[in-house]
Amino acid sequence: LPGITPRPDLAAPEPLTPWQAVTTYNNFYEFGTGKDDPARNAVGFKTEPWTVTVDGDVAKPGTYDLGRLLFGIGQEERIYRMRCVEGWSMVIPWVGIPLAELLKRVEPTGDAKFVRFETLHDPKRMPGQAWKVLDWPYAEGLRLDEAMNPLTLLATGVYGRSLPPQNGAPLRLVVPWKYGFKSVKSIVRISLVREMPGTSWARQAPQEYGFYANVNPQVDHPRWSQAKERRIGEFFRRDTLMFNGYADAVAGLYAGMDLRKWY
Amino acid sequence: MVLIRRAPARPLIAAGWFPRWLKPLVFLLALSPLLWFVLRLGLLRPGDPVAVNPIETAIRFSGDQALTLLLVSLAVSPLRRLTGWAGVMRLRRMLGLFAFFYAAVHLLIYAGVDQFFDWAVIWADVLKRCYITVGMVAVVILLALAVTSPKGMVRRLGGRWWKRLHALVYLAAPLGVLHYAMMVKADLRTPLLYAGILAVLLLLRLPVPLRR
Repeated sequence: LPGITPRPDLAAPEPLTPWQAVTTYNNFYEFGTGKDDPARNAVGFKTEPWTVTVDGDVAKPGTYDLGRLLFGIGQEERIYRMRCVEGWSMVIPWVGIPLAELLKRVEPTGDAKFVRFETLHDPKRMPGQAWKVLDWPYAEGLRLDEAMNPLTLLATGVYGRSLPPQNGAPLRLVVPWKYGFKSVKSIVRISLVREMPGTSWARQAPQEYGFYANVNPQVDHPRWSQAKERRIGEFFRRDTLMFNGYADAVAGLYAGMDLRKWY
Repeated sequence: MVLIRRAPARPLIAAGWFPRWLKPLVFLLALSPLLWFVLRLGLLRPGDPVAVNPIETAIRFSGDQALTLLLVSLAVSPLRRLTGWAGVMRLRRMLGLFAFFYAAVHLLIYAGVDQFFDWAVIWADVLKRCYITVGMVAVVILLALAVTSPKGMVRRLGGRWWKRLHALVYLAAPLGVLHYAMMVKADLRTPLLYAGILAVLLLLRLPVPLRR
């Protein structure tokens, strides 16, 4: 991808997880529930043409061709830690644009309080959707101030190349201080809404997954501890950091909130 | 009901059929998934996806094998009933020991490699995480069965007590499947498949007259 601005100021100072691991060890149930299913089943997934529908409380709703929607917004490379709710983590060099830039372009109205994202639902192209493991289409959401945070990225690439389909091509969210499942893949709809939207995993198992899903070593998943994680490629588990190490940038978003309640 | 079918007048397989190569063959078949897994971990195909998170993958793999072998060993006596092939019983102990072997590998990787013998964490897991408690109970049962599997133990315990003890496999197997079902995040298909096969194998044991 040409014309990418590196953002060393936003780069996690840790060795990168190899491309091979980033692109073969994926949770993307639309292409199967095994870790290596997406890399196998997403081969040939067509991402052109691709449209994204923007609707809800915005001044400029519409169904946009992806290229036109992002046209002119500078692409950046950001090296983020990615912590899966299952207890493993990676360090990934994403390419993308700040979500805030896109939202400014479509102009949320004063009524918008949350952003809801939806993944493509097309069982013909996404064989994992033939079985109702989750309530398709996959939906995720952020509070508007979380969405506007400078760390929140809409990724179009990884390792300097376009996203492979198993990583959520052509457009995915990356919210580095939240568990990976918040970072919804293959986005076809972005809605600005007034109420907290229902999200896929929180609907699937509300006592296990919440709307916020901030990485928090002090709040365990009911079935396993979140205090530690295994960085892919490392033998020993390492301590999980509050907000995945991004507390300086995002802790203020949750001032005064009981994070045990709003998990 | 399908179960109330008379056993064939002549057994499908001669009761005493047990060629010399059968036991080594089944031994190799039971061991081959482990060999294949070790090869995949890097010797044969470096960069194989199973090597990305090898500890996690090895735990899943050994757990799958333990359940599979447990089901296979539970299929032995229904097979004899349905086919009249009594010789198959001579494979049962080995299959059961393989189930224990994979369960032990599963537990050892969890305790030794995944948690690196951090007993405080492991104990907290056993108490707090229900699926680990359930799994531990199943492994303890399999351990007791494995220890008492030599023929000498039948004599020492007395046939009746030995049989009672080994009936605990009917507890260990459902607990193993339950452990798996409680662990998965959303996709219950594989645990349900195990549960279905287990249910069939248990139903086939019902005291239905199969013989004249």
